[in-house]
This record gives sequence, structure tokens and C-alpha cells, in this order.
Amino acid sequence: MTALSLLTATSISKRFGGVHALSEVDFTINHGEIYGLIGPNGAGKTSLFNVLTGIYDADGGTFNFDGEPLDRLKPNQVAERGIARTFQNIRLFQNLSALENVMIGRHVRTHAGVFGAILRDKATLAEEAAIEKRAYELLDYVGVAKRANAQARHLAYGDQRRLEIARALATEPKLLALDEPAAGMNATETQTLKALLENIRRDGTTILLIEHDMKLVMNVCDRVLVLDYGKKIAEGSASEVQNDPKVIAAYLGGEVSLNLKGA
Amino acid sequence: MHAFFDTRKHPELVWVGIVVVAMTLTALPFALAGVGTAWVRITNSAILYVFLALGLNIVVGFAGLLDLGYIAFYAVGAYTYALLASPHFNIHLPFWVVLPIGAGIACLFGALLGAPTLKLRGDYLAIVTLGFGEIIRIFLNNLSQPVNITNGPQGITLIDPFRIGGFNFKTSQTIVGLDFTGPIKYYYFLLIVLIAVIVINLRLQNSRLGRAWEAVREDEIAARAMGINTRNVKLLAFAMGASFGGVAGAIFSATQQFVSPESFGLFESIIVLAMVVLGGMGHIPGVILGAVLLTLLPELLRYTMEPLQHALFGRVFIDAEIIRLLVFGIALVAIMLYRPAGLWPSAVRKRELETGTTK
Repeated sequence: MTALSLLTATSISKRFGGVHALSEVDFTINHGEIYGLIGPNGAGKTSLFNVLTGIYDADGGTFNFDGEPLDRLKPNQVAERGIARTFQNIRLFQNLSALENVMIGRHVRTHAGVFGAILRDKATLAEEAAIEKRAYELLDYVGVAKRANAQARHLAYGDQRRLEIARALATEPKLLALDEPAAGMNATETQTLKALLENIRRDGTTILLIEHDMKLVMNVCDRVLVLDYGKKIAEGSASEVQNDPKVIAAYLGGEVSLNLKGA
Repeated sequence: MHAFFDTRKHPELVWVGIVVVAMTLTALPFALAGVGTAWVRITNSAILYVFLALGLNIVVGFAGLLDLGYIAFYAVGAYTYALLASPHFNIHLPFWVVLPIGAGIACLFGALLGAPTLKLRGDYLAIVTLGFGEIIRIFLNNLSQPVNITNGPQGITLIDPFRIGGFNFKTSQTIVGLDFTGPIKYYYFLLIVLIAVIVINLRLQNSRLGRAWEAVREDEIAARAMGINTRNVKLLAFAMGASFGGVAGAIFSATQQFVSPESFGLFESIIVLAMVVLGGMGHIPGVILGAVLLTLLPELLRYTMEPLQHALFGRVFIDAEIIRLLVFGIALVAIMLYRPAGLWPSAVRKRELETGTTK
């Protein structure tokens, strides 16, 4: 266990019936990295996320996070350990305000219980004020502070994606796992997102990024893992992966030879 | 929370409002007693329904868990008081001792119902809770043998009214020239408890726990991914909701001085749920409005429909009870069609950071 690595995955496997969503995937994410996870549709990226965050139990393999194993933890325990995530198909608390969404993210780092809520003692009031202040700061950080009091579902699509990041950051993660944060964003929004990701990394949070926007991945990721049919087919720097024949084959369809002459 | 007028610009208006409401509520029972003591009793039962609706609102409105057996907790509270303050076992504990015990036992039953149903949602949860409500009622009906605990379908009679020293809530007495009848005394007691219940509910909603409930309601998977222990949070919702039902039940027991399993049927559960849904799920003022309307409306019909038919046709064609159900059904359908979020739904809570945003 080197101090350098934050998350080590060892031969992670997950089956759904006869489908091997993940077979023996190994990888290591280092502290302070932006680590990309790419692959064609159905390659197992989101399955890997769900196994990592405890939504699914792995059928085999282990995660070692920050020096301790993550086995058989429930999603809330994973969040408590310091992994926060966003979802491919945005899962905000739609009918609550943007601010409340982020305030809920503070839940895991705060303590007030039933009696605190009813009695509103000094400690609870101070905690509430701190939660609200921090939530505002995070909204400002991701750039949706102006919409703090708007219902989450009324936010523009890009703002919803950024709000989800703010909510995840509110849990004070060591590793922030983003599932296609740029999906549906236009070029300008993607540029803003890139700056945000770099800021998050600079402020000390490691990022695991699933993304289809190759330009963003190649620009922002230090290292990239490529999955295809649940197997790891390549890992390395963006440029290395880009030129890997296996990756090109996976994306463009390999071993295809069109015999036009014979037709 | 709701802006009839801009209280931020005119903070004094809040106090004017509070004084007006307080004066109205204080004078109300005497005005009603002028019309008839029955109306004071009806008001008291309306307040009890407000307790129930607010309790159920925690489970259904805040945490989004459909509970069709909520009346079971009312029953548990009522029987707890009935058993601990009646000649049945010859135990006569004072109400301020039994009230917390009732709330506590109901709370325990809430957790008992919550624990096995944690993985269920929506329709499935509704069916299990419905069954739970019926189980409690059937237990009460049959726990007269071999050891007579609940006295079966006959119910428990001669339950103690509330007493503090020599002050008895049941008997009439004249204080400072005003005639305080039993129901009027209970009214003031209920009013004080009501204020406490409303304050507790408002505080719960605007707390870390309240937000966690709402998160579970909105998206359970996202809530778990944000580190919320959904198991504990849901159990707490059931337990807190149940304890309000328990308090209401104990007070019901004391005011009626008689309880029997008949009072705790499925229909009662549905009425309370209707109050929550009609008023505005998750919105405390809306739920209160729903409870008051659905208690007063049938009574108004009772007092108007039969005399009206007498006046028009000389005899009663349709029983007031039938009209009540008819109006009830039509009201529910109309609300669901035209105001699906309830009569007085919640608005997004606005928050302004007093220190200003960090720019």
C-alpha cells in the first residue's frame, strides 16, 4: 500500500444472470488524479460505479479505499468513507430547492437528531447555520448560487448537472465519482465544466470520471481506463490510450475488412 | 413560510396576526357553546384529527411512505390510556404520566411496523400497513381470552377523565363568571397540545432529519448515495408519526371515557389519509386545513341536509350519512382532478442567508 494510491480495485467481477458486466477489472487511482473511465455503450462503466458505491455487491474482487477495504458496505457507508457520486440520468431531489439539495449532502458530516430538531438548542442552531453557509458556498463554487431557491427540477440541464456535483461535494468526498457530467452540455458548458473539474482537483479532491465526450476526457484526465464488454482493454495516459489499436477497434469495430472489390 | 403579505417589510404584521388568531381561538369555544355544546365537541374532535393528520403527514408527506394502517397507533394510544386509567385493571395513573407512556408505546409499535417494511415502497407498503392496522384491531377485539386484557368488542368503559389535583376536566364549573363546561376545558387543553404539536412538526420539517425524510421521499437511491442511512431515517419517520397518533389516542380515550375496537377501523385510516392528501401532502398548514375541513364538513351536512329535506319535501329521503359519503367521494375526485397537490400545497421554501452569499 503506497501512500500514492487512493483507490485500488483488484479483479472486480459482476454478473447479471449470464452477462458478465465486469470481469476481473483491476485499476488504481492515485491521490489528486483525474482518472477517466471510458468505453463503448454497455462496456460496464456504470456497473463499475454501482459496485464501487455499494449499490450492487460485487460477485468477486475487492476495493481498497484510503488504506481500508470497502467490501460489503452499503451506499451510505461508502459515502461516509468518502466516495461521493453523481448519476448518469441526474437524480436530484427534484421538488426541493437547489440549496436544500446541497444541504442534504451535508447530512453525513453533521449530527443533529430528533431532540436537536425539536429543542433547537445552541449546538443544533449553530450546525444548521453552518450547513446553510457551506451549501451556499458550494452552490457558488459550481456556479448556481443565483438559483439557490429554485426547485431543482426547474433548473437548466447544465445547472442540474453542476448542482449534482455541488451536492456530492457537500459530503466532503476524498474521491468524487462523476457519471457522464458533460452529457447533453453544449461546448461552452463543457468548457466551464472542465474548469470546474480542474478546480475541484486543485482543491484536493480526486476525481473518477466516466465520460463520452472524448475531447473533455483527453483534455482533463491524467490517466484513462478503457473497458469493453466488462474487461479492461487498456490503461494509460490519454495519448497512449488514444493510439491503442484495441481501443480503436472497440470504438470503431475491430477486425472488419470490407471486401468491395469482390462485389 | 407562506406569504400572505410581505412580513419581511412589515414584521409588526406578524404580531398583529398572532394576536388576532390567539384572540379568536381563545373566544371560539364560548361562541360555539352559544350555538350548542355539540359544536365544542366537534371542534375538539377536529383538533384530535389535526394531531392524527399531522402525525401521518410525517410518514406520508415528509418521508413519502404510504401508510394505510395509521389508525392502529391511535388505537394503541387509546387502549394504553384506557388500561392504565380505568377500573378495568383498577389502575388509575394520572394523565400526564399515561400520555408519555401512550406516545412511547405507539412509537414502539411504529418502529415494529417500520422494521419489516423497510424494503417495501408504494403499493406493497400500503398493503402491509393496511394489514397491520387490521391486525391491531382484531387483536383488540379478541384479547379478552384467556386473560381479559382489552375486554373484547365490549370495549373499556368508565375511563378516567383528565384531572390535575382537584381540577377535573369533565365537570362544569364557573371561573371568573364564565361557564366552563367539560368540553370547553378539554378544548383549551387540546389547544395547548396543538400548539406544541405544530411547533414540533415545523421544527422537524426544517431540520437535518426533516431534510433526510424529504430526500428519501424524492429519491431513495440518491439519498443513500449521499450518505443518508435510509433505514434509520424511515424507522424514525414511522416512530415519530406513530407517537403523535398515540397522544391523540390517549386524549380521545379520556374525552370519550369509552373505547372499543369499532372506533379504529380501516375507514378511519382512510379518512386521516384523505385529510393529508386533500390538504396538501408535506405542507403543515395544508394538512391542518384538510383535517379541519373533513371533520367539520360532515357535521355541517348532518345539521343542514336533513332539515333541508324536511323543509322541501316534508320527509327525509336520503340519510345525512349517505350524503356525507357522496360529498366525500366527489370532493376527493374533484381535488385529485383539479388540485392534485392538495388544497394548500407547499411552496418551495425560500431561504435567505442572513450574512449574504460569499462572493
